[in-house]
Amino acid sequence: MTNEMIKPHHKEPLIHIVKRDDMVWWKAWLIRIATIIVAVFAVGGISMLLTGNDFSQTYETFYRGVLGRLDEGNTTMLWQYLQDVAILLCLALALTPAFKMRFWNCGAEGQALMGGLAAMICMRELGELPYWAQIIIIVVTSILAGALWGFIPAIFKAFFNTNETLFTLMMNYIAIQLVAYYVVVGSNGNTVLPTSSSGNLPIIAENEYLLNVLVVAVLSVIAFFYLKYSKHGYEISVVGESQNTARYIGINVKKVIIRTMLISGAVCGIAGMLLVAGTDHSINTNTIEGQGFTAIMISWLGQFNPFIMMLMTAVVIFVGNGFGKVTERSNLDKSFADIATGIVILCVVGCEFFIHYSIKFRSSKKEAKK
Amino acid sequence: MSAVPAIELRSITKTFGKVVANKNVNLSANHGEILSILGENGSGKTTLMNMISGIYFPDEGHIFINGEETVITSPKDAFAYKIGMIHQHFKLVDVFSAAENIVLGIEDGAYNLKRSTEEIREICDKYGFELDLDKKVYTMSVSEKQTVEIIKVLYRGADILILDEPTAVLTPQETEKLFKVLRSMRDAGKCIIIITHKLHEVLSLSDRVSVLRKGEYVGTVKTCDTSESELTEMMVGKKVELNIHRAEPNDAKLRLCVSNITCTDRQGTVVLDDVSFEAYSGEILGIAGIAGSGQRELLESIAGLQHLNCGEIIYYDPETGEEENLRDKTPVQIRDMGVRLSFVPEDRLGMGLVGNMDIVDNMMLRSYSKGHSVFLRRKDPRDLAERIINDLEVVTPGANTPVRRLSGGNVQKVLVGREIAASPTVLMVAYPVRGLDINSSYLIYNLLNEQKEKGVCVIFVGEDLDVLLALCDRIMVIGSGRITGCVDARGTTKEQIGLLMTKSREDVR
Repeated sequence: MTNEMIKPHHKEPLIHIVKRDDMVWWKAWLIRIATIIVAVFAVGGISMLLTGNDFSQTYETFYRGVLGRLDEGNTTMLWQYLQDVAILLCLALALTPAFKMRFWNCGAEGQALMGGLAAMICMRELGELPYWAQIIIIVVTSILAGALWGFIPAIFKAFFNTNETLFTLMMNYIAIQLVAYYVVVGSNGNTVLPTSSSGNLPIIAENEYLLNVLVVAVLSVIAFFYLKYSKHGYEISVVGESQNTARYIGINVKKVIIRTMLISGAVCGIAGMLLVAGTDHSINTNTIEGQGFTAIMISWLGQFNPFIMMLMTAVVIFVGNGFGKVTERSNLDKSFADIATGIVILCVVGCEFFIHYSIKFRSSKKEAKK
Repeated sequence: MSAVPAIELRSITKTFGKVVANKNVNLSANHGEILSILGENGSGKTTLMNMISGIYFPDEGHIFINGEETVITSPKDAFAYKIGMIHQHFKLVDVFSAAENIVLGIEDGAYNLKRSTEEIREICDKYGFELDLDKKVYTMSVSEKQTVEIIKVLYRGADILILDEPTAVLTPQETEKLFKVLRSMRDAGKCIIIITHKLHEVLSLSDRVSVLRKGEYVGTVKTCDTSESELTEMMVGKKVELNIHRAEPNDAKLRLCVSNITCTDRQGTVVLDDVSFEAYSGEILGIAGIAGSGQRELLESIAGLQHLNCGEIIYYDPETGEEENLRDKTPVQIRDMGVRLSFVPEDRLGMGLVGNMDIVDNMMLRSYSKGHSVFLRRKDPRDLAERIINDLEVVTPGANTPVRRLSGGNVQKVLVGREIAASPTVLMVAYPVRGLDINSSYLIYNLLNEQKEKGVCVIFVGEDLDVLLALCDRIMVIGSGRITGCVDARGTTKEQIGLLMTKSREDVR
């Protein structure tokens, strides 16, 4: 019986994967940063192959695409860059409490659009009121509109346990259609809504982007303390980690879900308002430019810590804007910039694997024995 | 049989990150032999067996089967070498019958259930299994499911059988039955390896015992030449006093009176059926029963986590003498009523604690909402954490380590420490020593005894009948959601309790 045994194979597997948790934090960050740099240059290499541009040309365009002529004292591009960072970060900040609660809010796009739409309607309709009243009403209504778009899926999640991912995604489409409808109605059948001259947020120090940047910077600090040091933040963590534990200590899980989603939607609403009333002064279905989805990734990459998220947003926008310019200059298809950003982010996510696991090869093991 | 061992491991090492699960382990098992692998939880027994059955791959070392060096990279390879493993958690299709589950996944072209059933019946007769092959799995008891798993492995022609803690879920009677078939399989020339941490099982069943301690191989002894205390010493590394001190309850007063509570789960199945009992101050009331007979629901009902269909839970306040009904109150309401009820749930990291939070934050779980500030106060919880780490000798890098990084025993110390720190009048604990090493277990028993002597009403849900008999004052047996008996722990035997555990099951059917 024992002799007729089938033998599968006699070799050890070529590689096997071993978990490790002994990497020091600075080493892990070194790996992450190195990954970003290598990935940027690798993708840049692809663009050079495709366009025939040389190295210095490509990276000159890349750098100028993000920061412009800083050396000549021109800070327009820099502020544009900071504005992009601020809006994306604002959306990521909005999503983070929900994600920490394990509520997969994929509706930042819609929640922000609703905030923007509410702001736009108020801007166009309230031109008669005194300026301060306009601003207060705009801020309040856009926060409420965003919060409402977060509240609806939260109610269904809390009471009927519906799938929040699908629900929030669907809510995006409703928001987009509402905006499309308003654009057509508001422009009397045209496809573009004229910019509004009333109800614009104040401009600080003659810089139209400074207000947005400041607001988001303050929000980041608030978010950090809210998540880490407040009782609400603690409840969010407990509900996210284990609803059973929350039940056991008597946290009202439904209340926490609804409250957190109100906050998440409200902050999205603020992002929409900053875009519409702060810089664009108009709205269209593409106002948020899909950043509501990029924000999901930022929140994760930043490990739900507002300050790391800040860093990650800076990197992602830098790469995206830079390759955007490279693409534009060399007549590549527009989507190349998205592909490039995607590859870089994928590399950053992928490098986490090497931080948490190490790979052992067969040969190296044999040698170690000798 | 032959002089060549059926399976031999030489200097096997396996690490997970920094954790060394197995270090330089050597052992062998022969045909026609039952080998016990004995070790405390976390000593690497299961990891070792998982490497034999192809789930993990060893970092270093060699495996020989029938004297030939082999490499096992997947469970499929293990099958080819006639190795079969019966896991702690069964892997069966609920809506299939026993026979269908046994033949499931065999790729030999012809699916002929009738012929297979006859072959399976032959196996059953040969080794003395009692099993209705047409019975659907979802109607089976735990022990029947285990039988299906064992036959499944045998049907695939396994020569080497590995059983991971097979008696953890069985009653004493079922355990005896299992041992009988294992012995008859041994006599038929199979090599049987059983993983366990229960000493009396090792002594009554196996031929040889290999002991692991903290991942390292300690040695192998013949069962007939050893004793319980020698094995414990090998397992723990030092002499351990295996006696639980039990004081007579003094000044017992009625603290909790549960009458006629009934409750159903989400599917509408009755999980608690007309349960009534009384619990007194200064005593430990044990609750015995097969896992999943309603123990969890019973404790959760008292803690305000279960909706009851009917019945009452009356709490007698020792200070004011007032009676309070706890039925349909939330945990917060119970706390606000001034009822000092502490509860150590069965699922420590999924319910009692939050695994990803550090010890300080876990200390706050019950008290964080006190006060009107929007922000948390971490000072008192930090002091409490430090105190518990000191008093209970919790092994941790610091108070800011996430509790999931701690070992099972230390996790439990943190949880029990927090619940006792609330100076409870009623303390409910569910399986408090599951997965704990011997030293930690005795520390927990002592803590419970201390509480009892302070006049706390302790309710202890346990699985090890020896411990229940040694620790408790009274033992209540629950089966299929009904109380099947309540006995004085000082004047009863394991067999009697075992009978009560199974009695209800037949009654309900």
